[in-house]
Amino acid sequence: MSVQHFIPQTYTPQAFHRQAHEALDDPQIRANFRRAMDGLITKRRDVFSDWDLEALRELGANIRLRALAKLPDLLEQLEANCQANGIRVHWAENGEAACRIIRELCEARGAKSVIKGKSMVSEEMHLNAHLEEAGIEALESDLGEYLVQLNEQTPSHIIMPAIHLNTDEISEILHDKTGTERTRDVDYMTAAARAQLRERFMAADVGISGVNFAVAETGTLCLVENEGNGRMTTTVPPVHIAVTGIEKVVEHLRDVPPLYALLTRSATGQHVTTYFNMISSPRKPGEHDGPEEVHLVLVDNGRSGIYQDNELLDTLRCIRCGACMNHCPVYTRVGGHTYGTTYPGPIGKILMPHMLGLEATKDLPTASSLCGACGEVCPVKIPIPDLLVRLRKESVGEGRGNVPGAGVKRSRKELLAWKGWQWLATHPAAWRGSTVIAGKLRALTPAKLGPWTEYRTAPKPAKVSLHALVKAHREELAGEGRS
Amino acid sequence: MSVKLYPPKPEKVYFFGTCLIDMFYPQAGLDGIRLLEREGIEVVFPDDQTCCGQAAYTSGYHDEARAVAAAQLDLFPDSWPIIVPSGSCGGMMRTHYPQLFAGTPREAQARDIAERIYELTEFLVHVCHVKFADKGEPQKVAMHTSCSARREMGLAETGPALLAQLGQVELVEQVRAAECCGFGGTFAVRHPEISAAMVEDKTQAIEAAGAEHFVTSDCGCLMNIAGRFEHQKKAVRGEHIASYLWRRTS
Repeated sequence: MSVQHFIPQTYTPQAFHRQAHEALDDPQIRANFRRAMDGLITKRRDVFSDWDLEALRELGANIRLRALAKLPDLLEQLEANCQANGIRVHWAENGEAACRIIRELCEARGAKSVIKGKSMVSEEMHLNAHLEEAGIEALESDLGEYLVQLNEQTPSHIIMPAIHLNTDEISEILHDKTGTERTRDVDYMTAAARAQLRERFMAADVGISGVNFAVAETGTLCLVENEGNGRMTTTVPPVHIAVTGIEKVVEHLRDVPPLYALLTRSATGQHVTTYFNMISSPRKPGEHDGPEEVHLVLVDNGRSGIYQDNELLDTLRCIRCGACMNHCPVYTRVGGHTYGTTYPGPIGKILMPHMLGLEATKDLPTASSLCGACGEVCPVKIPIPDLLVRLRKESVGEGRGNVPGAGVKRSRKELLAWKGWQWLATHPAAWRGSTVIAGKLRALTPAKLGPWTEYRTAPKPAKVSLHALVKAHREELAGEGRS
Repeated sequence: MSVKLYPPKPEKVYFFGTCLIDMFYPQAGLDGIRLLEREGIEVVFPDDQTCCGQAAYTSGYHDEARAVAAAQLDLFPDSWPIIVPSGSCGGMMRTHYPQLFAGTPREAQARDIAERIYELTEFLVHVCHVKFADKGEPQKVAMHTSCSARREMGLAETGPALLAQLGQVELVEQVRAAECCGFGGTFAVRHPEISAAMVEDKTQAIEAAGAEHFVTSDCGCLMNIAGRFEHQKKAVRGEHIASYLWRRTS
C-alpha cells in the first residue's frame, strides 16, 4: 500500500498558492477534510441545539473583552497569585526568549527528556526543534500531535492536529515508526500509542503543557483535554512548565464555566471534555503526587502589538476552539498545511500577519470570500471578516500602518485601476455612457477573462443597461398615464 | 440578535439597482421595480446612481470606496426606504457605510441611509406582505441565498418564503445550502483555484438536489454559479429571483 502523504514537507505562507493548488488536486486531502469538517459542523450544531447560543456567545465575548480591557492589570494579578501559590512565572517577549527560558529550566534540572501536552504556542515558537538542538528530546503526547511528530509534520488543525490523516495513513505511520501491525483497528492503534507513551511519561524529566484559561484572581491554570495526556504531563514528571500567550488570562474563576461551555461545544461538539485540569500549585508537603516545580511562561510574541490597535485587538479574544476552521469553505478545501503557518484557517489569517509580517503572509487575508461563516460561529464573536478587510487595507497601504509589513501589496497599477473606477463611478454621465458603450461592444467581450473563464463562461454586458431600461419603462408608464 | 422592526408599506421607495445589474443583468432590476410597482408603490430610480463601492471596500481600497459611496449618499434625500436587489450591496450600504464614514462629516448621513436600506426580497416579504399567484409550469427550483444576504443581512428565509408562494414550484434544497458559492468578488480572481473548487461543489449540489433551475438574490453568485453551469454545458440555468418571480406571476 502506498500512501503519498508520508513525505515530510515544509509548508510556508509564501507558497500559499502552490500549496493550495496541490491540496486541491489531492483527492485524499479533499476527502479527509470534507468528511472531518462535515462531522464537526454537525456535532457542534447538535450540541448547541438546546442552548440559547446567541446569549452564551454574547457572554463569552464580553468576558473576553473585559479581560482584554484589563489585560496589563490581570497579568500582574495572575503573576502575583501564581507566585503566592508556588508557581514561578516567567515573561517572554518573543518565541526565542520563551524557548530559551524553557531550555534553561530544563537544563537546570539536567533534563534530557521532555513530555509535552498539546500546546499551539509551543508550535508557534518551534520549541521542539529548539530543545532538540540543546540535546533535549521533546515528545508529543497528544495522540494527534504524536502522529504528526512521528510523521515529521506540523499540525494541520489547532484542535485536531492529525485531521489530515485517515486511518490507513495513521496505521502506516505507526507501523513505519513504531513497529505496530498494519491495521484498520482504531482501538489497537490507540492502545499501542498509549502503551508507547505511558513509558515515556514515567521516564520524562519535564512535562510541558499549554494553558486554556489562566485565572488571574486565583492564580489557577486551566487545561482542557480528552486523552488524559494533559493530566499525565502536568502531574507525573517532577517539573511542569506551562506555556501560554499573554491573552489567555481571564479575570475571575466564574468566567471559566461559560468559556469552557463554549470551547468544548464549538471545538468538538462535546458537552464536557474527558479531562478538565485546574493547576494551582506544585506538590505540597505531605502530598503524594504532583510536580515538585511548576512554571508558567507567558509569551507575548507580537500580541502586545495587536493589543495597541482598538480594532485588531479583537483578534486576541480567541479561545482557540477551531470552529472557524471547521466552518470555513476555504480551509475545508485546502486543509491546514496549505496556509504554511502555525495557526491555519480564518484565525490564522487574522493572527499570523502580526507574528510573521504581511510580506510573508500577504496571500492569507485575501484567501477568503468573506462569506462570514467564521464570524457566525465564533464563540466569542470575533468579527473575522471585518478583520480580514482591515488587513487587506493594511496590505495595500490604506490602513494605520501598524501591522508589520503594511503596504506590501501597494501597487501603482492596481491603485490606478481603482482610481479609474472611482472616477467613473463618481461621474454618473460618464458611467451611463460606459454602460452604453459596453452594451454596444458586447460582441467583442473576450471569451477568455483570465482565470475566471478557465472554470466559467464569461459574463457578457447586456445590450442595454438598467439605466436605459428604466428610462424606457418610465416613458411607457407616462404613455399609459396619458391614454 | 436584535429584532428588526419593519415600517408599514410606503407610497414611494428609492431603488438602487447595483452596478452588476446595471451592466450585466438589467432585466432583474426592471423586474424588481415592477414587483414593487405592482404593490402600488411608486419607485424612484435616481439616475445618477452608479455603484455601492463594495469591491473596493473589500479589497482594502477604502479611500476609493468612500469617494464612490459618497457619490451615492446624496441620491436619496427624502426619507423613503431604499430597495436594493442584492444582499451584498445591501449589506455594504447597511453595515459598512456607517463604518466607512465613521468620524467623517458624512457619518450621520451614512447612518440615515443605512437604516433605510432593504434588500428586495426582505422588503417584499416584511413590508409589502406580497401574495403571489403562480402562473408558471411545474418546476423544481433551488435557491442560493448569498452569504451577505444570509449572514450580513440575516435574510436566509425571505427568498425561500417568496418561492414557497409559487404553487407550481417545488423548492429543493441542495446539500450545504448555507455554504459560499466561491464568488467573493475579487476572491474569485485572486484565488481562482479555490473559488473554482467551491463553485464546482455548489453546482454539483444544486444538480444533485434535482433542481431544473436555480435562483439567487445576488448577481455575483449568479454570474459565478450560472457561469460554471454554462461552462460545463449543463442544462441547469439560473436567474435573479426578481426575474423569476415576475416571470411566473405576471
